[in-house]
This record gives sequence, C-alpha cells and structure tokens, in this order.
Amino acid sequence: MSEERRVRVLVAKPGLDGHDRGAKVIASAFRDAGFEVIYTGLHQTPEMIVSAAVQEDVDVVAMSVLSGAHMTLFPRVKELLGQAGADNVLVTGGGIIPKDDVKELEDMGIGRLFGPGTSTKESIAYVKEWFAIHAVSR
Amino acid sequence: MDESRLTSTSMNEVLERFKAGKPAALSRGISIVENQRDGFEAFLHAAMQTKLQGRRIGLTGPPGAGKSSLVALLTEFYISQGERVGVLAVDPTSPQTGGALLGDRIRMNDIAIDENVFIRSMATRGSLGGLAATTKEILDLMDCFGFDRLLAETVGVGQTEFEIARAVDTVVVVLVPESGDSIQAMKAGLMEIADIFIVNKADRPGSDKLVKEVRQAIHLRSGHNFKGFAGHHGPVIEVHDTAELNELDDELGWEPLVLKTNALTGEGIQELTQAIESHEEWIQGSGELQKRRKLRTEVRIREVMHRELVNRSIASRTVNKILTKRVEAVLSGHATPYSVAMELVDQFLEKDQ
Ligand SMILES: Nc1nc2c(ncn2[C@@H]2O[C@H](COP(=O)(O)OP(=O)(O)O)[C@@H](O)[C@H]2O)c(=O)[nH]1
Ligand SMILES: [Mg+2]
Repeated sequence: MSEERRVRVLVAKPGLDGHDRGAKVIASAFRDAGFEVIYTGLHQTPEMIVSAAVQEDVDVVAMSVLSGAHMTLFPRVKELLGQAGADNVLVTGGGIIPKDDVKELEDMGIGRLFGPGTSTKESIAYVKEWFAIHAVSR
Repeated sequence: MDESRLTSTSMNEVLERFKAGKPAALSRGISIVENQRDGFEAFLHAAMQTKLQGRRIGLTGPPGAGKSSLVALLTEFYISQGERVGVLAVDPTSPQTGGALLGDRIRMNDIAIDENVFIRSMATRGSLGGLAATTKEILDLMDCFGFDRLLAETVGVGQTEFEIARAVDTVVVVLVPESGDSIQAMKAGLMEIADIFIVNKADRPGSDKLVKEVRQAIHLRSGHNFKGFAGHHGPVIEVHDTAELNELDDELGWEPLVLKTNALTGEGIQELTQAIESHEEWIQGSGELQKRRKLRTEVRIREVMHRELVNRSIASRTVNKILTKRVEAVLSGHATPYSVAMELVDQFLEKDQ
C-alpha cells in the first residue's frame, strides 16, 4: 500500500564560521534529487544536530565542516546518535578534510566524506546507494 | 532490506517506548503514520488509548510571513509557563521532484534542545491518504504523547489548510504588509478560518494600514451575518464542509482579533498569547470546544472509513475482475463508466464484507 519511502536527510552546519553556502547548495541538490531535506541553519552544536535528527527521524545526517574541527564533530555526532538509539543513521558530509583524517573517520563508522568541489551528483548517488542497502523501515 | 533491522524497529516495540514517553518513539510513530506503513491504523488505535487534551493552535499564512519565528516565540512562552510543547511544521513538496526543503527549524534554534519541546517538519508529499488526514493523525499522536500544547504551522490558505485549521482549537492567520494584495483574493477564505489575525513584521511600512483593512473586512462580514439565516442542520456532517463550524462561530459571536507583532523583537507576543488565551476561554466557556471536538471526531471517523473503503476497493478481487471485463463493454458502447462504477460499488458492498 505504501508508496516508495522518501529519503529524509538532515543537512547540518556545525561550528562557528558563518559560511553556509556549501550546506545550502547540497540541501537544494538533495531536494532536487527527491529527498526530504531538513535544514537547521548555522552554528549547530552536536547536541542540536542529534536532537533534530531524532525528532525528524532522518536516515542521513550530512554535515558541512569547514572549521577544521571534523575530527571532533563527526565522531561526537555519531556517538550522540548512538546514545539516542539512532545508530542506523548515516553520518556523512563534506569539507576540507585531509586524506588521513578521512581514513580515520571512516574507520570509526563515519560514511563517505566529500572534499570541496565534489559534484553534488556524487553525494546524491552515494546517499541513494546507502539508502537502498541500509535504510530501516520507518 | 535487512530483516534483523526490521524487527528491531517493530511497531510493538515502538508502541511500548511511545507509551514510556520516549521522544524517539514518538518520532518513529510519526514516520509510521506519515508513511502509512502497513498496520499504521492498528498502531494509532493502540497509541490513542488516552484522552486527547492538548491545546491546539494552528498558524497559517503565506510563505515568509514569519510563522516559524512566531511559533518559536510562542513555544518559548509556553515552556516558561511549565508546559510541554509539540510543534508540527508542514511545508510543500516540490511537485516536480517529490523532494522538499524544510527550513522551519532555522527559526527555532533557541528552543531546539529544550527537553520540553518536540519539533517535527513534514512535507506535503502526494495525496497518499490525504495530507489533511495525515496531519490530523500526527497531531493526535503528538497529543497522546502528552504535550500540553500543540502548535501546527501550515503554508497558505488552500482547502487543505482549511481542513487542518479545523483540527485545532485556535487558528492564527499570519499576514505581513507585503501580502496586502494577495489578501484581497483570499479574504473570504481567511475570514472563515481565522480566530486571530496577526499582522507580523510590524517594523515594515504598511502594517497599520493592513490592520485597518483586516478589521474593516471583519466588520463587514459580521454585519452581513447578523442579518441572520436559519441554522437547521441534520446530524450528518460532510467531510469537507466547514460551513457548520463557521455558523457556530457566528451564532456565539467570536469576532476575530487583529494584532500587530514583530517577531524579530518579540513585540506584540505577549498580546498574542493573551489573545490566544481569551479565545481558549471563549471556546471552552461557550461550549464551542465541545462542539468542535464532536465534529472533529465525526469527520475523523468518516475520513478513516473513506480511506479504508478506497483501499479495500482497490485491492478487491471482485472489483478488479469485473472491472477488467466491463471495460470492454464501455469501449463497445454497451455500458458507460457510470453504469459500470455503480455496478462495481454494489457488488463490492455486497460481497467484500
Ligand atoms: N523585519 C521582520 N522580519 C521578520 C519578522 N518576523 C520574521 N521575519 C523574517 O522573515 C523571514 C521568514 O520568517 P519565517 O518565520 O521563516 O516565516 P514563515 O515562512 O512564515 O515560517 C525570516 O528571515 C525572518 O527572520 C518581523 O517581525 N520583522
Ligand atoms: Mg516556516
């Protein structure tokens, strides 16, 4: 009876810097790809991100991190999601992240991380693929 | 899809955690209803074993009018009064892609991690089960979860918003000076549903003029109605008919209040909360609330029946078998779509009990 379930994505912009262009670009691209995108604005703390992710029952949290704080932000969000019982949420994102850090984060269970200039098509394809395999019933 | 994960999110488990007051379970419950996951009606039935008693406020108006900003301010006020608040913000789905960009939380960051607040964004999606029906079911679910106050934000003033508006106790229509021209066109509809008019962005030019215009329109309307028309109505309520409720308004004489706010500074918010309170006092004292709840319940039962009948008839083998055959009869001119449809409905009601 149900139609194809929509992918729900929280696009989050943590940190103190005031640049949310990247986040907005990916949010619109996700919308155009048919996702339901929840955008929460600038200056999100990991607690705010996780609280929103839980209340919105999203499949994916996509974070744009330009501040250099990726090594704390991604693991922290992942950890808080686990504590909230939402451990089947994909944590992914983008930013200026050195290769070694990417490797380390991925080893911690963070999803793919996209560097600056990555085509939005690539992240859309990645989310769709993840969703097809891992999405739980909601 | 991974089987073990399915069981770990089974509806019974969600239900148990819902009853234990876990926000994550409310959240999943909302998804179950929104997606009309198989068995969602049984889920709602089990979740709705408590009395609905949250006070419900609906905010509607054009995009960008400041509804979300006002919701945030109202929520702040209610939690300062010790209340628990549930927010449901509905925004349109893009008809081209089926996607949606839900940005209401941008204005709600100050209340976002308060443990007495739960915010959910919702896209209008297709017509699966009817948006209005789904929205009302989600409001009920939030109500049963135990919020003292429910705030529902919807865009515009289409038919759906009218219906959603009728699922709340107090309807606040939010306008801005810039929306002046479009108001002309929708005035009649707005007058029907608004209990309170807000002219937001009071810092912008034209707000006093708009307040005056809206007040004039209200007076014109009430002058008109007091010429009176007999109010005889049978017990049967049409699902899409709001006329009865409006007439109740008229008979008992609630005249919409018109207030100015500035959601950036918080000016006028106290007056708004007072206006909401006096409307609540009025609907309770006048018996209007009881009437609205009764109507709401009747409408709900009919909507669920309607959905169930549609779904069952679509799935009905009898219907599908005859339908396939009778299409030929229509094409060859021996029947019309009307005769076939009537035949099918008769067959369906007799055989598919
Ligand atoms: N100048 C001014 N701007 C406002 C006021 N209220 C809201 N806004 C701004 O209007 C924009 C839309 O507000 P929002 O609450 O998202 O409107 P919604 O689409 O009706 O939910 C935001 O940029 C707000 O900051 C107000 O009273 N005055
Ligand atoms: Mg809004």
